[in-house]
Order: sequence, then structure tokens, then C-alpha cells
Amino acid sequence: MRQEIEKKLNLDAIDIYGLSEVMGPGVSVECLEAKKGLHIFEDHFIPEIIHPNTGEVLPYGESGELVFTTITKEAFPLLRYRTRDITTLNPDPCICGRTLVRMDKVRGRSDDMLIIRGVNVFPSQIESVIMQTKGVEPHYQLIVDRKDNLDTLTVRVEINEKLFSDEVKKLQELENRISKDIKETLGVSAKVQLAEPKSIARSEGKAARVIDNRKI
Amino acid sequence: MQAEQISIFIENKAGRLSDVTAILAEAGINIRALAVADTSDFGVLRLIVDNNAKADAALKNAGFTVRKTRVVAVKVDDTPGGLHRILEVLKNAGINVEYMYAFIHQSGDKAIMIFRFDHTEEAIKILMEKGITVVDGKTLSTL
Ligand SMILES: [Zn+2]
Repeated sequence: MRQEIEKKLNLDAIDIYGLSEVMGPGVSVECLEAKKGLHIFEDHFIPEIIHPNTGEVLPYGESGELVFTTITKEAFPLLRYRTRDITTLNPDPCICGRTLVRMDKVRGRSDDMLIIRGVNVFPSQIESVIMQTKGVEPHYQLIVDRKDNLDTLTVRVEINEKLFSDEVKKLQELENRISKDIKETLGVSAKVQLAEPKSIARSEGKAARVIDNRKI
Repeated sequence: MQAEQISIFIENKAGRLSDVTAILAEAGINIRALAVADTSDFGVLRLIVDNNAKADAALKNAGFTVRKTRVVAVKVDDTPGGLHRILEVLKNAGINVEYMYAFIHQSGDKAIMIFRFDHTEEAIKILMEKGITVVDGKTLSTL
């Protein structure tokens, strides 16, 4: 998408990251030279990556939750503020000459993260797979369960008039295709289940998209 | 010479089928033929009704996913081998039957079967060439 924007508008597109609790956009930004990771302005913010469940600080390169401490913010400083954003930090020298650490694109939210058979799965990843399938609308629901000590993932996807066929075979092909795409992209087996239109709850926030029946 | 079928997507959950029949009953629509094809989690309900437009509108209004499909209604001798004869004709012509089901029809020595083909026009042509009666949608709704 970036390349398309750059080509069509004849400009350079760069990623900017920020959160309103800190200052809004501008906490980190990509450099024009590399466009590979967002330099965090470490003279204002101290970034750390922690394990979302244990709080343990993780070394550079490992994926975890991004935490900020503000150094120069007045009136409303933040101490080890948990962003819930999942990313990695890269301290390698950049070709642009900046020595500021770079963060990767945010891959998901720690409060949404599911661990299915040891694999970290973010609903946003499944959403992007679903969106790639032609004609499918982004109304989906993830149901996680445990059967015989193994995690199972069911993805419910709403049918619509464009996708509906009177032939069961074709509908099953659609289910299998989405399931295969999820497996290829995320490395997780999922059972895809077609659902009636509007049968999946709307506007209840992201959390409603996930039903985790494993919780004891 | 084609007839129109209404196909509806339904999830496999208790009472879903009766939701459909309730909507049709309320709209005063008569179901003439019905078949359900299902998997463990969903089913496709196929209906021949006496008023397609009305049924389509009533079901869509209730939030169902509805599709109209071209099918072929064929007269079958109500005697041993009646259906077999028709399937032989189709087989010899290399025509694939996606699915079929019976049409509720009282009186006479003929039964009516509803066929869904992948090549509808071709199937009709071959059936008629072999002297098999194909019933058009208009006639079907008056039966
Ligand atoms: Zn750089």
C-alpha cells in the first residue's frame, strides 16, 4: 500500500507513531533514508519492551509490549506507561546516521493477543487475512476452546449475498480457502465457519470479537 | 423452460428452519418443494414456492441471505425405472447433476423432480430431444 501511495502521489510516505497519553503522533517516526523501523526520540522518551503477562523486561529484538517513560513531559509525566502495543526494538545503527533506537511497526495489542498452541495470534492478523478474500466483509468472531488438551480456533465469518451459493460444495470451498490462508499466514490451524448475516455482534468493541472458552 | 428456486443460507441451530417457515406462512406463501443440504455448521435450504418475489422479499426483510437459482422441473414416470431413465439420458450426454429433489404433486401417474445442473440450457435441450417433459416455472406454480 505504501508503494502505491508513493507512486500515485509522487511522494515519500513514512510511518509515524504516537499515543495521545504521551503527546499524540510524533513519539517515533521513520527516517526517509531507510524507511525501516521508526526512530524513537529517546531524548524525550525511554522505551522498554516487556512480556505482557509477566512484566519482565525483554532484550532488544524480542517481541513484547512497548512501555514508555517520559523524561521531558511536564505536568503529566508517565512512568513506565504500558502502551498495549506489541512491537520489537532494534538498536542497530541506521543508514541515516541516527543512533536513536528503532521500533518495528505495531503488530497488535497485548490485550487482544491470543496464544494458540504456543503461537501468538492477534485478531488483527486474522482480520487482514479475511479482508484479502474477495467479497468477504470484516465481520468475524474468533472462538478459542480447548479440546483434549489442545487449543482450537474457530473463525466465524458472515456470509452475504455475493458469497452465497446454492451449492454446499462452493460454500465449503470458501471456508477451506480462508482456513488455508490463515494457516499459511499465521501458522495456526483454524476452522472457518460461515455464519448468517448480522449474527455477529456489532459495535461492542474489539473484545467482543474474541470468545475465549479456555479461561478457568 | 426453466423454473426458479429460492436458496437460503441457514446456520445449524435449533429452530432456524421453523423461523423460515414462519415467515413464509405469515406472508401467505405456499411451499411446493423443499430440500436441505447441510454440513455440520450450516445448511442451504432450497425451496420452490408459489410466489418467488413475495418469498424473496419477506425473507430478505427478515435478514436472511437469499439467492434465486435457475432449476429445471422434469416430469418423471411414477413407475419403477422412471427416474433411472432420465438419469441415463443425462449421463450419456455427459451432463452433471449438482443436486435434485422431489416436487410435491398430487394426482396423475407422473411425478416431478427438480434438477440443478451446471449447464442448464444444454440439459433442457437434451431432455426435450429425448421426449422428456420439462415443466416451465409458470406451469409449475399452477400445479
Ligand atoms: Zn534511520
